[in-house]
Amino acid sequence: MNIHSILFENTEDGITKETLEAPVFFADLNLDQIVDAVTAGRQEYNLKPLFYTSLHDINVIRYRQEIFRDLENEILFEHVKSFAQKMRAMREHLAQTDKLYYKYQKERWFLEAVGIYCDAVNGLAHDLTPVDLKSRGFLAFREYVASYAESNRFVSLLAETKKLIADLAAAKYCLHIKGNRIQVRHDESETDYSAEVEKTFEKFKQGAVKDYKIAFSTRPDMNHVEAKILDFVAQLHPDLFSNLDDYCAKNGSYLDGTVCVFDREIQFYIAYLEYLAIFKRAGLEVCYPQISNTCKEVYDHEGFDLALAYKLIRENSSVVCNDFYLKGKERIIVVSGPNQGGKTTFARTFGQLHYLACIGCPVPGTEAQLFLFDRLFTHFEKEEDIQNLRGKLQDDLVRIHQILSWSTSNGIVIINEIFTSTTLQDAIFLCKKVMETIMDQDLLCVCVTFIDELASLSEKTVSMVSTVVPENPALRTYKIVRRPADGLSYAISIAEKYRLTYDRLKERIRP
Amino acid sequence: MKAFLMYRDSDFDLQRKLPSHEQELIQDLELNTLFNAMAFGDKFLLEVVRKAVLSGFENDPDTIVYRQDILKDCLKNSSVVREIYDIAVDSIEKERKNYLGIFSKYPGSILYRSIDVMQMFVGMLKKLKNIADRHADQFESQGFTAFFAMLKNELGEEYYACVQNHLSELKFRDGVLISAELDRGNKGIHYTLRKHRFEKESWLKRLFAKKPPVYAFSINERDESGARALSELKDMGINNVANALAQSADHILSFFTLLRTELAFYVGCLNLHGQLAQLGEPMSFPLAMAPVERRHSFKELYDACLALTMGKKIVGNDMHADDKDLAVITGANQGGKTVFLRSIGLSQLMMQCGMFVPAESFSSNICNGLFTHYKREEDAAMKSGKLDEELSRMSDIADKITSNSMVLFNESFAATNEREGSEIARQIICALVEKRIKVFYVTHLYEFAHDIYDKKTGNAIFLRAERQTDGGRTFKIIEGEPLQTSYGEDLYYEIFETDHAIH
Repeated sequence: MNIHSILFENTEDGITKETLEAPVFFADLNLDQIVDAVTAGRQEYNLKPLFYTSLHDINVIRYRQEIFRDLENEILFEHVKSFAQKMRAMREHLAQTDKLYYKYQKERWFLEAVGIYCDAVNGLAHDLTPVDLKSRGFLAFREYVASYAESNRFVSLLAETKKLIADLAAAKYCLHIKGNRIQVRHDESETDYSAEVEKTFEKFKQGAVKDYKIAFSTRPDMNHVEAKILDFVAQLHPDLFSNLDDYCAKNGSYLDGTVCVFDREIQFYIAYLEYLAIFKRAGLEVCYPQISNTCKEVYDHEGFDLALAYKLIRENSSVVCNDFYLKGKERIIVVSGPNQGGKTTFARTFGQLHYLACIGCPVPGTEAQLFLFDRLFTHFEKEEDIQNLRGKLQDDLVRIHQILSWSTSNGIVIINEIFTSTTLQDAIFLCKKVMETIMDQDLLCVCVTFIDELASLSEKTVSMVSTVVPENPALRTYKIVRRPADGLSYAISIAEKYRLTYDRLKERIRP
Repeated sequence: MKAFLMYRDSDFDLQRKLPSHEQELIQDLELNTLFNAMAFGDKFLLEVVRKAVLSGFENDPDTIVYRQDILKDCLKNSSVVREIYDIAVDSIEKERKNYLGIFSKYPGSILYRSIDVMQMFVGMLKKLKNIADRHADQFESQGFTAFFAMLKNELGEEYYACVQNHLSELKFRDGVLISAELDRGNKGIHYTLRKHRFEKESWLKRLFAKKPPVYAFSINERDESGARALSELKDMGINNVANALAQSADHILSFFTLLRTELAFYVGCLNLHGQLAQLGEPMSFPLAMAPVERRHSFKELYDACLALTMGKKIVGNDMHADDKDLAVITGANQGGKTVFLRSIGLSQLMMQCGMFVPAESFSSNICNGLFTHYKREEDAAMKSGKLDEELSRMSDIADKITSNSMVLFNESFAATNEREGSEIARQIICALVEKRIKVFYVTHLYEFAHDIYDKKTGNAIFLRAERQTDGGRTFKIIEGEPLQTSYGEDLYYEIFETDHAIH
């Protein structure tokens, strides 16, 4: 079997253009923060486009899930990481070659780069052999890398590189510096004088003392004196250095294309798994969702907003998980309840889960079934602007109209507080209209709203509310639960807390 | 090379941590008076004697005897000891003056400085060796015998010659010879300083031998960056040897520092001995018994701090309290009870750090810790009540104390009425004694004192401040049953200077 990509099973898919710009809903769902965190420190791989490119083929999603599962084997994971580290070191060496001026320096860095590359390939081929692999992607790649490592081209490259490195390491020389004159000659193994001096004074040794050794700059380049010495050392070892010249001339294009592509693409998995490890360490769970492009009965248990959880864990705060499910004809989750109670977070979680699942990634939760959408739309309330009242309402309507006219029945729509900039009556009317269209199109939808009426529009809607601690309504639980919208009791308790109930307010008002 | 004058086989660590109740001990036993007498105005001595005295609880009987013997040698040969001490001080100060270069970033100047310091140190070591040659046979203690033997063995003529040879070789009159290998990017690495090999073959042989290739070049005088590069190469070559020599200098410095530190303790003892001898006070080397034993017997024990403060000989006390766990001291106010208690604590501390004690004779078991619990003056800032405060301090002691320790109570738990105070005291003291802690308790809690007396357990001794029939005080503490009154009436009359009848 031939392999070209660890991200796509068929070559044709691999050629699918990578999306270079983040999808528009990324900012609303905080997916931009997630992808930033996932790809941090891996700029050289240019991974973001891989996260921007959505998939529409369940088979590719499974292909990726298999690879993720294989990589949960820590041994394999570490092997791949060590391969990646070597490839990174190799690139650094090549970059260094370009920066240097003197020929023998450039050549030595190049030689080391090839040495590291050989080691990386060999190590990977060797490491993959005993691993119990299940994914189609890894099985195919293992086969490829094994045959590459045994190819004549690679074997002779390796032998030549090793010998040259060993010969150079064995080359010794001696410097005699007196005044401003310097002699370069063969090393004649005179005794190490520092050791002798040290030994003489050994009897005075007491405890630990300060280290007076000076750390010299370890800059990779050379000054002209060093370069001159190196030229003389080359003259002391003429055969060795002419071998080095030949080697560099011959092996300019030593890299294998498939290995290089693997090196980049596998980072999609490594980066994401390392990101998830943060949550696992905090005791949160992730799972491989079931994906369907027909069944709209979706659910997730113990889900959470990755972007928010990432922040909370860094602040050592605890993360609240939430469940949701849609059964039978249910399509729309209407979320209401007190502000700052986690409603927006809940809506984002729903969107994040679907997006990440549909690029083949594991998602927060203990168990999940999600829907393979064709398009995802979000409409999030921006800063309220009273000056521009009419304009904003108009914008809202235009935008929601666009969403609904573009969407097919396989879309997902996430709406967060729309029509807040008009009268309640207007808002109820408009929302109902919008909801009717959504229901007609049979879209999956999460709608965060302050309008309780929306929660019980039809059999397609489900009401969920953010909750507070009963004894202290000012404390949020950040739990969103399936329950009829009951804004009233909450409103009373808040009023109580602020001593604004009927009796209290009467008491407070002075005669 | 180690001085080993405080312990048979380890160094005296001046950085050691002292017991956390150090301040209480210093305050309650007036230790600053003792320390100042020993230091005689020298800050360094003060630091050392403070550490040595307060860390005495860690010493075993063997260490105590080891130090006592050394101290006896010191008393016999005080001028020689002070001479050695001065050499150590002198060496340290001269090194300090030569500190320039020690913070250098260049191995060249580090090496230059180290050669200088080494030269000076070698001279000082030679002085030490001379003292050893002249006076070693006047010393008898194991500590000094070993110290002088070490100087003789380690610092022979041959060794001096070898050191001198290195010190002149390291000036590199023949240039620097360095071997190297090729590292990453073919840069040089493992720069190693090599000794010049002096050719032994005849000139004729050398003439016809196949010459190995040698390539050479010179840096132009105006090429400043070239000169810098060259001297950096040289520096890389001598980096290790500069380090080795600088570290050796540091090692010798720490030898002198340790020698100074350890001798400082004995110099402090000599200072104190001189002052007490001038007052005509007796001093003796105590007999230190194992911690599990219960010994406490002495003749003419006096409070050295009081003698020093008063500048005259003071009253001493005798006691025979072997096999006793508890001493209850009652009796007349200002009759010398507190002074007596202080002399108990002070002599214990002095014994345990290896000093002589202010007594004609003295023996006691070693204790694992010494704690004081004294009545404190009311503190204005203190929010909690006085008994609260006392019990909180007692609780601190309870956190730290181990068996075979000793506690000195001075009028503790009297901040409430006598019955309650006695009950608290009884419960605390009984618990301590049962946990094998030796207790000295100065108290006016008659009910407590009598309760213990009536029990006749045999492991308690009762002492009281002597009162003469005319109400005058001798400041003597004598054995005797606790008496009901503390003669506050006497004091009242004394202060009010009225003629009175004795009841």
